[in-house]
Amino acid sequence: MTKYVIKRIFMALVTIWAVATITFFLMNMVPGGPFLSEKAISPQAQAALEAKYGLDKPLYEQYVTYLKDASHGDFGDSLKQRGRSVMGIILTKFPVSARVGGVAILVSLCIGIPLGCIAALNRGKVLDNLISVIATGGIAIPSFVICTLLMYFFGVRLKVFPTFGLSSWKHYVMPVISLSLYPMAYIMRLMRSAMLDVLGQDYMRTARAKGVNQFKSVFKHALRNAILPVITYVGPMTAYTLVGSFIVEKIFTIPGLGSEFIGSITSRDYTLIMGTTIFLATIMVIMNVIVDIIYKLVDPRIKLN
Amino acid sequence: MKENSISFQSKLNPDDFLPATDAEKESLVVMRESVSFWRDGFRRLRRNKVAMASIVVIVFVMFFAFIVPSFYPYSYKTQIKGANNLAPMQYSKAEQEAIAAGEKVFPHIFGTDKMGRDYAIRVMMGSRISLIVGIVATAIILVIGAVYGAVAAFFGGWVDLIMMRIVDVIYTIPDVLLIVLLSFALKAPLETLTKVPGFGWINVLGTNLISIFIVFALLYWVGMARMVRSQILMLKESDYVTAAKALGAKNGRIIKKHLLTNCIGTLIVTTTLQIPSSIFTESFLSFLGLGVAVPMPSLGSLASEAINGLNTYPYLLFIPALLISLIILSFNLLGDGLRDAFDPKLKN
Repeated sequence: MTKYVIKRIFMALVTIWAVATITFFLMNMVPGGPFLSEKAISPQAQAALEAKYGLDKPLYEQYVTYLKDASHGDFGDSLKQRGRSVMGIILTKFPVSARVGGVAILVSLCIGIPLGCIAALNRGKVLDNLISVIATGGIAIPSFVICTLLMYFFGVRLKVFPTFGLSSWKHYVMPVISLSLYPMAYIMRLMRSAMLDVLGQDYMRTARAKGVNQFKSVFKHALRNAILPVITYVGPMTAYTLVGSFIVEKIFTIPGLGSEFIGSITSRDYTLIMGTTIFLATIMVIMNVIVDIIYKLVDPRIKLN
Repeated sequence: MKENSISFQSKLNPDDFLPATDAEKESLVVMRESVSFWRDGFRRLRRNKVAMASIVVIVFVMFFAFIVPSFYPYSYKTQIKGANNLAPMQYSKAEQEAIAAGEKVFPHIFGTDKMGRDYAIRVMMGSRISLIVGIVATAIILVIGAVYGAVAAFFGGWVDLIMMRIVDVIYTIPDVLLIVLLSFALKAPLETLTKVPGFGWINVLGTNLISIFIVFALLYWVGMARMVRSQILMLKESDYVTAAKALGAKNGRIIKKHLLTNCIGTLIVTTTLQIPSSIFTESFLSFLGLGVAVPMPSLGSLASEAINGLNTYPYLLFIPALLISLIILSFNLLGDGLRDAFDPKLKN
């Protein structure tokens, strides 16, 4: 177990390092820099700014300095939002995205898993077909379409829900729907096919033959075995959803990390790009470890190695 | 010869040894023709109503995207004077006068946009771009993913380990970051490339479209590679692979002739399901403003342009939104149908 944990942490660090390195060099390969777009900036001022942030040094030197600082948890200051540290920006924006994303993940799990099971248990019947239609539709409609349609009908026309900000529960309704529809549909499909697979197994017949009632056999025997693919999917999905979706945040004007991230890329805010990417990669790696541990809890046959 | 009454000697006569007649031979021929893999699959596909309906929809959309624009009376980039923001089936003043004068004017079925361009033809061109991106990008993904996955699985050991770690890293980097950075990074080199003789065709497609293809080629093959790898890990233990090896077949030949051909079902299915997700990604990119270059429309860019005028001209958003959902939906349903038909193992 200790060996496994050490190996896992080592692998995680290597992955984060690789992501950071690729991002760093790719980012610097892109023509243009953070201070080029600023109006009325004299060459001297630009040189001074570049010297201040160390951008005048050779690339490999910048890289080494950055890694050294980052390993101490210092991600530097934002190049564009003067006087704000990257860590500060992430820590104020992430909770906003994570709140919306967290609710969306809960909603998609709470609806997706039961509906998937119901579809599998009623295979071929009307209910199954109905759920399949919902699931296929949810996968087929791009999120920006859902966002704008919700915005138009419920925000502008019917005025049921406020169209921007996050101050009451009503503000959460539309962003959560747009964020959760795709994962919900995906979970439904995964759950249905895994459940059908499990329901055909011999141990299910044995359980029924022993007289276990259907409710118990589904919950105790089938669900536990069928939920593994869902867990595999939910891991990375959680990481992405928590960090925030650019489109949803842009359309509903939510001040989250997702829109901050895209903004940082287009404005070449090098330190902010690096900070958010490393942050996302870290969450991703942590989620993968959690998924492995949940695997072990759900299915004791799985060995961690 | 006198016959013993309790002898077990069979009573043969010379007639039993005559050659069989044609009629007798006929009855021995197997009654049913052998069914090939393809025919079996297509037979099952034909019975699937949902899949057939989605094929009809796809062909219908393709007809409007590729054939109708060539004889449509309007062009996607001509701005008709005084015909800005017309509602569907409405005519501009000049056109109404022309009609009054007895001329025939083709109606603007979906109206016009704020620049006075006929919206119906823009939607058609938009679906053309989306379909091209979906299909070409998927072809790139198929080739790279299949070869990469097959090589990793076939050689195994540390080759597999390193190749799959690369896949993991690509998987972990947020794709939006790479897409945005790459499309910025590729812009300048592609523009200089267009000036090199022999590369003028890049302008026809537009640099943005090319960089979308490159992005797909660099990023999105990982899913396909994982899928193919898991299949081939299983297949390479088969006896026919051992036999081929024993007969001295080269590695390349085994991968090409035996392994990849045997996971053709998975390949078809994954490819068909990849097309909608490529279209999905292209529309997302166009929505961000990183898609195709300006006069050229794509369904995503049409939708994103329409958002600003959502209150007054909602149909400008509804049409491309509906169409993109329809295209993605039919490819998904067709993919599901193909999976049921060609890959019974993956059924449910």
